[in-house]
Amino acid sequence: MKELLWLIPTLPFTGALLLILLGRKLPRFAVSLIGAGSVGLAALITILVGIDFNSSSENSFQQIVWTWIDVAGLKPQIAFHLDALSLVFIFVITFVGFLIHVYSTEFMQDDEGYARFFTYLNLFVGSMLILVLADNLVLLYFGWEGVGLCSYLLIGFWYLDEKNGYAARKAFIITRIGDTAMAIGLFMLFKAFGTLHIQDILTQAPQTWTVGSEEAVFIAFLLLGGAVGKSAQLPLQTWLPDAMAGPSPVSALIHAATMVTAGVYLISRMHIVFELAPLAQMWVGIIGALTLLLAGFSALTQFDLKRILAYSTISQIGYMFLALGVGAWSAAIFHFMIHAFFKALLFLAAGAIIHLLHHEHDIFKMGGLKNKLPTIYWTFLIGSASLAAIPFITGGFYSKDAILWLSLAGEKGNVGFFLAALIGAFITSVYTFRMVFVTFFGTEKTHVSHSAGSRMTIPLIVLAALSTFAGFIELPHSIAHVELFSNFLHPVLPTITLQEGAESKEWIVQLIAVVVSLGGVYLAYYFYIKKPELPDQLKTSSIAFHNFWFLGWGFDTAYDTLFVKPFVFVATINKQDIIDRLYDELVKLADFLHRVFAWTQSGILRWYMVGIVVGAILIVTLSLLVGS
Amino acid sequence: MILLWFIIILMAGGIVAWIVEKWNADLSRWISFLALAVNFVIAVMIWSQHDFMLAEPNSIWIADYAVNWIPIFGITFHLAMDGLSLLMLMLTFFLGMLSVLTSWKEIQFKIGFFHFNLLWVLAGITGVFLTMDLFLFYFFWEVMLIPMYFLIGIWGHENRRYAAYKFFIFTQASGLLMLLAILGVYFIHGNVTGTYTFDYFQLLNTPFEPDTARWLMLGFLIAFVVKLPVIPFHTWLPDAHSQAPTAGSLILAGLLLKTGAYGLLRFVIPLFPDAAHDISKWAMLFGVIGILYGALLAFSQTDLKRLIAYTSVSHMGFVMLGVFAFNELAVQGVVMQMITHGISTGALFILAGSVYERIHTRDINQMGGYWSKAPFMGFIAIVFVMASLGLPGLGNFVAEFLILVGTWNSSHLLTILATTGLVGATAYSLRIMQRIFYGTEIKSSHPFVDLSLREKAMMVPLVLVIVWLGLFPQPILNTSKIPMMKVVQTQSKSKQESVALDILNNKEDSKGGDHE
Repeated sequence: MKELLWLIPTLPFTGALLLILLGRKLPRFAVSLIGAGSVGLAALITILVGIDFNSSSENSFQQIVWTWIDVAGLKPQIAFHLDALSLVFIFVITFVGFLIHVYSTEFMQDDEGYARFFTYLNLFVGSMLILVLADNLVLLYFGWEGVGLCSYLLIGFWYLDEKNGYAARKAFIITRIGDTAMAIGLFMLFKAFGTLHIQDILTQAPQTWTVGSEEAVFIAFLLLGGAVGKSAQLPLQTWLPDAMAGPSPVSALIHAATMVTAGVYLISRMHIVFELAPLAQMWVGIIGALTLLLAGFSALTQFDLKRILAYSTISQIGYMFLALGVGAWSAAIFHFMIHAFFKALLFLAAGAIIHLLHHEHDIFKMGGLKNKLPTIYWTFLIGSASLAAIPFITGGFYSKDAILWLSLAGEKGNVGFFLAALIGAFITSVYTFRMVFVTFFGTEKTHVSHSAGSRMTIPLIVLAALSTFAGFIELPHSIAHVELFSNFLHPVLPTITLQEGAESKEWIVQLIAVVVSLGGVYLAYYFYIKKPELPDQLKTSSIAFHNFWFLGWGFDTAYDTLFVKPFVFVATINKQDIIDRLYDELVKLADFLHRVFAWTQSGILRWYMVGIVVGAILIVTLSLLVGS
Repeated sequence: MILLWFIIILMAGGIVAWIVEKWNADLSRWISFLALAVNFVIAVMIWSQHDFMLAEPNSIWIADYAVNWIPIFGITFHLAMDGLSLLMLMLTFFLGMLSVLTSWKEIQFKIGFFHFNLLWVLAGITGVFLTMDLFLFYFFWEVMLIPMYFLIGIWGHENRRYAAYKFFIFTQASGLLMLLAILGVYFIHGNVTGTYTFDYFQLLNTPFEPDTARWLMLGFLIAFVVKLPVIPFHTWLPDAHSQAPTAGSLILAGLLLKTGAYGLLRFVIPLFPDAAHDISKWAMLFGVIGILYGALLAFSQTDLKRLIAYTSVSHMGFVMLGVFAFNELAVQGVVMQMITHGISTGALFILAGSVYERIHTRDINQMGGYWSKAPFMGFIAIVFVMASLGLPGLGNFVAEFLILVGTWNSSHLLTILATTGLVGATAYSLRIMQRIFYGTEIKSSHPFVDLSLREKAMMVPLVLVIVWLGLFPQPILNTSKIPMMKVVQTQSKSKQESVALDILNNKEDSKGGDHE
């Protein structure tokens, strides 16, 4: 069954190709069948491949499809590498991807670009699968840029609005800055190892480099640059909130569950390089910690439902980076998976609400939806509980708790990381339940005419179940010895070593986490249910802070003034190309000389005579002077 | 013999196309297309039948044809073809066919003379790619110049005279410097060895004084970098490209620029390896400046064709960078870049032509929102916009990636700067998409219709080729592998004075034999 691996990315690509060729001629039903069906099939095959892979004793499985390029030792192949890590990713991509495709068949049903939407979506799933299955970095880069393209196309899907086009270009260009760093990292890796095959690099790296070797640190930082761009981390996070211009299923699939976690995948895939570069790895953690705080504070002030979720995504990926930074590899991947479930759920639910409320994004214009939309309410609540890490019953609790604990107790952990994670957890819980209370409680402000159909609600229910029960496959030691997930990943990602004697304190940290998370919910309850006038007072009293956070800590403004405006300014004043003006001057000079000499050729004999005489005198004088 | 036929078919086709116009104008289109199609089929057949990976150095020349032309001056009519020439020929005939197709509606007066010029430019280009005699090379270099001048000057847009003059003066002036350099090489070789000859293979091992070599090399270099073009000699290009008719822009961007790159690989480095190496850092620097400066200028343009023209300046910077990096990766990347840029930029010019035919303007400020009217065209545009920003899966990525990986060995700083050019490429490429296809539709008096069957017949093959080059570039890379290894080896030989490679080159001198 493992031999079917190549089909997993091929199916969505085939779907995209069929839709490109026939899309506009097919009825919607057929388009949905191809669009969702191809991803569904890929999900099925993933399960078959996964079962086969688990039952075999091998830790990895390669499949070479063809040799892509072969020049002077650079020989990237179109080849797939299946191991526990890529299996987790392809499972999430195909499965969550399939649910989102099903949801989209209803969500997009009245859109004129129905076939186009599924074309892009299929293309995205295919590229994302290439990214995580690639056995070499060039192919990984292929997938990496492919998902970037689809992200661009889907953010700007509703192309009539100039703003969407701007958001799409912004996303593409900013992530491309990161990609450029990553590309340079690839050049360095090729120079160092003579190959870009991932497994070869990972085997050779410990033999070539010592821990802290300068080259390793450089390369790790460059790869981090790529990861930071794609995963919307500091300082390249500014594109993600604007990316919400795309349809909600896109936000769920690309900008929450899969593409934005590509950076997490890259770092964990190349974890040996990062372990050899402690400085870079520490910065992964620092970036994660800073990002999760900054984005969390920004999420507190947003009123657009999707923007809250966007900042929340940035913040949650910050947690994953933090985990990577302290070497808690499998905890990062665990949080990736759980986050994919609950964040996709939240985006889909939010999309449904916005859809049913006639494109109303402002949570303060919603309210009272609890009784009107019970299915959406309950699933949204489950997703929010997971995001806020409500103890014991949610998946988010177990995945985030692991990160909290390891950021303190892990070998590379420290109090700073722990405090950042803890404060972040509190903020998360506040903004999450602010969102829940404002949207679903209180009085109804916008009327809901109809409710969502089953193609939208069933994916919500499935995801709600996943985001709850998937948490139980990895439990903290203080509760029970369940380590299914980290055992599964163990052949690829090493287990983290704890600081000495830390083990016994785990329950204290958990207790704090529980208190913090519930405290956040209570604060949100106090502010938005008990004393709804308080938030406004607070806002007016600290308007400067509010606006600063609301605008994402001024990064956009800073980049605009520092980079965009100077670039556009120089480009605009030089539109005529200064170098060409120099040639124009040359032409003018030639023209001037032409006039001067033409003027001397006047046809008047006496002028010629004078010329000859003056010339003769000059020559005689000169020869006398030189002669003497 | 077949090499001669490539040229004869085009020249004769051109003359016939001119004559038959009297009876039927469409016939001259068909004849031109047929002539190019015949050449294309022959070239592809040779390509598919030849094994390019043979190890013996002699097999590098697939076909060879030499007759004495002016023996008293040592001038021979010497054509020879290796993998590199063959690739360039296939590109020439392919884009040639497209240039006939794209002119089908656009060119409506002096149709016969137009096609005469078109085919003679292509014949000149074919000659340039095949000649192994420096005198003949100069001859063909001029042959491609003059008809191009007419193409721009007669069938061009509103400012065509100016553009045509500018094009002519830039290329002609630099060409004259090359002529001087050719004569210099001729006389020095004659003085040293006693045989006065223009034959490329005999001139290859001419020993030069380092100073002389530098000046002679500069003579060749200037002609090629003006054509390529390299900053600061690029300013003829935006005018020529934007004023030329679509077919002219297509040939300029797709082929004429490539003759510059070809010249660097075929003449500058093999003839003057040491001198070329001495300037390599500067040459690469100018390449990088071209990449960044071209991107900056492309970003600010509002004339669609001018915008695309500046993207060529940027992309050709990669060629300059790669050629002077002196390693197999980079040089193979350059070959890919020559082909993929020909395809992708050619396609963008055809698109620009199609847009112009519909709304009669090249000003992107007067465009917008055409996606709903012309989704097919939009899809094609996405493909080539993405190709131009270097998206993996399309041919241009392979080219640029190879060049950059290769250059890393030569200069870290320049590679980093060149890589940032990819961000610039993203900015200007996406601007094309946004301004033409996205946003609210700008109504014009002319209805904006989707691609016609003829246009689809041009664009679909282009899309297939660029995707094929992106996913299966290896057949191309294999074709140019041995010629390019030799280019790289001339360099290392001159540095190491390796005896073994001298023997290899001597064999070359005595090689011959028409394979056809």
